[in-house]
Amino acid sequence: MTFPALRGAREYLLSGAPRSALQARCQRVWFSWRTFSANPVAVAGLLIVLALVSAAVIAPWITGSDGLDPELSRRLLPPSAAHWFGTDELGRDIYDRIIWGARITLYIVTLVGAIVVPIGLLIGTIAGYVGGIVDTVLMRITDIFLAFPRLILALALVAALGPGIENAVIAIALTTWSPYARIARAEALTLRGSEFILAARAQGASTGGILLRHITPLCVSSVIVRLTLDMAGIILTAAGLGFLGLGAQPPTPEWGAMISTGRQFLLDQWWVPTIPGIAIFIVSLGFNLLGDGLRDVMDPRHNA
Amino acid sequence: MPERAEAESGSGPTPLSALSTVAGSLLTIASTFIGLTAVTFVIGRVMPVDPVLAIVGDRASQDVYDRVFLELGLDRPLYEQYWRYLMQLFRGDFGTSIMTAQPVLQDLIRFFPATLELATLATLVGVLAGVPLGVVAAVRQGRLTDHLVRIFGLFGYSVPIFWLGMVALLIFYGALGWLPGPGRIEVYYDGIVAPVTGFIVIDAAYAGEWEIVRNALSHLVLPVAILSTYALAYIARMTRSFMLDQLRQEYMLTARVKGLSERAVIWRHAFRNVLVQLITIIGLTYASLLEGSVLTETIFAWPGIGQYITHSLFNSDMNAVLGGTIVVGISFVGINMLSDLLYKMVDPRARA
Repeated sequence: MTFPALRGAREYLLSGAPRSALQARCQRVWFSWRTFSANPVAVAGLLIVLALVSAAVIAPWITGSDGLDPELSRRLLPPSAAHWFGTDELGRDIYDRIIWGARITLYIVTLVGAIVVPIGLLIGTIAGYVGGIVDTVLMRITDIFLAFPRLILALALVAALGPGIENAVIAIALTTWSPYARIARAEALTLRGSEFILAARAQGASTGGILLRHITPLCVSSVIVRLTLDMAGIILTAAGLGFLGLGAQPPTPEWGAMISTGRQFLLDQWWVPTIPGIAIFIVSLGFNLLGDGLRDVMDPRHNA
Repeated sequence: MPERAEAESGSGPTPLSALSTVAGSLLTIASTFIGLTAVTFVIGRVMPVDPVLAIVGDRASQDVYDRVFLELGLDRPLYEQYWRYLMQLFRGDFGTSIMTAQPVLQDLIRFFPATLELATLATLVGVLAGVPLGVVAAVRQGRLTDHLVRIFGLFGYSVPIFWLGMVALLIFYGALGWLPGPGRIEVYYDGIVAPVTGFIVIDAAYAGEWEIVRNALSHLVLPVAILSTYALAYIARMTRSFMLDQLRQEYMLTARVKGLSERAVIWRHAFRNVLVQLITIIGLTYASLLEGSVLTETIFAWPGIGQYITHSLFNSDMNAVLGGTIVVGISFVGINMLSDLLYKMVDPRARA
């Protein structure tokens, strides 16, 4: 290490006696990262997820078309140098559609996460912190949702609301939030009696303030691990709904819907339906690997 | 852990505690059932599809519309409507399907065996293959077998099942021709055997039509294999992690010190404890395969509940969709509760 700045950073991160809360936090992140990055499988997962995100972000610059306009003169071309993944029944470049599809996948999982996590945290922390009858009622409701058949209920909901990405997201979110409430409740229960909470209460903090500023932040790590592990399931359910024709509608380049429309070409033009499936597989695999790695770092008890 | 303290203080299972366990489970089942029907009720009555228009069609006069509106009790307050709905369900009245013009219940009885057959066989495959694989992986932790089991597990968790089914059809039916294509049976065998149980294999065997038995069995191979992928992955992974937990315990050392053979240590001591935990996992798998078969059924043109629901869905046949949802939901909840109950009966530590 010749760069003084780098040496400074090293000392900052490794010093045995952190001088500020920020430094302590940075050190924890650094140590977690060191454990995480020592696990090549988990890093591979992270790379896949990063690839998905960057593909979604830079889609306009790495594709030749928007993947929507038909070009019937080049229908069903096999994979070649010009069309890496071939073209579909309307002559659209499948590579372009896969890349644009990354946006949709990312959109779906982000939206589901953005709905599910706050709801779960809210219900869980209130139940765990307030306790008593509130806890009983909220947890009973949570258990009811936990016991629901996910895919079938999503089907019924989409049937009522009409097909589309947003409705698929609502349906998935409705059947996904309950485990987060359970996690948040468990954390809140263990924290409820701790001294720093008592101190905050003695200083006159309101219940809402304690939940938001003291309990919720401590739930975040377990929630993130769980969310990462759930991502694959969310992607597969969304793709399944798309495949059944209940999620994203054509011509949207959603991977599940692409498999569905490409199905009729399975025997003669295998690439049309198989390539989107490979994309779904790789992305879910990435989230699973990343989730396993994160869990090993954040919850060493599971380290089997 | 209070359960643990109780177990150690030696307060054995009393009839009363078993009774309260059952009562508690029944309460959970009841509340879950009410939640489930409330959701289907809301979906069916409150959401955009007008239940009156679904019956009378959009060319009916205002008079007819109003009469049906009143007949359906839509002028009553919501909680009263819900109560009526619940009572109808208890009588087995799911309404009439628009698509088949038959009572939904009758349709469901006709379609359910196909789904049950698929899910049951897939769970069976998952258990018979997954449990031994999980145990072996745990015993040989960190070695080749373990890695293979883990890789397969990740594959099973990450692959879109409908895509896998499609690729399997492409390979084994399209390219190699080893296995038959979609459907439960070849078309020319259709309707020869009178349905008794609804399971073609059993019905055909009962009628002595062995050619049809063979044909039906060969049609089962691919869908069951595809559906069991997830079950196998999940069960193997959970067995492995339960087994690892047990192998770390001190009683394992005691058993070895006593001079027991490695096989006895693993199968008679460690595995017996794992078995109890596996009950819940197997129940969970079975339940999720029952509902997860929707996608597999679509791929293999399998005339089960899943296909019934999706077909009805595209014809805005809400009675059929919700009836199917409730039946799958009840089976789902029932199986989970049953395995939970069984777990509590078998494992004294779980009796709170």
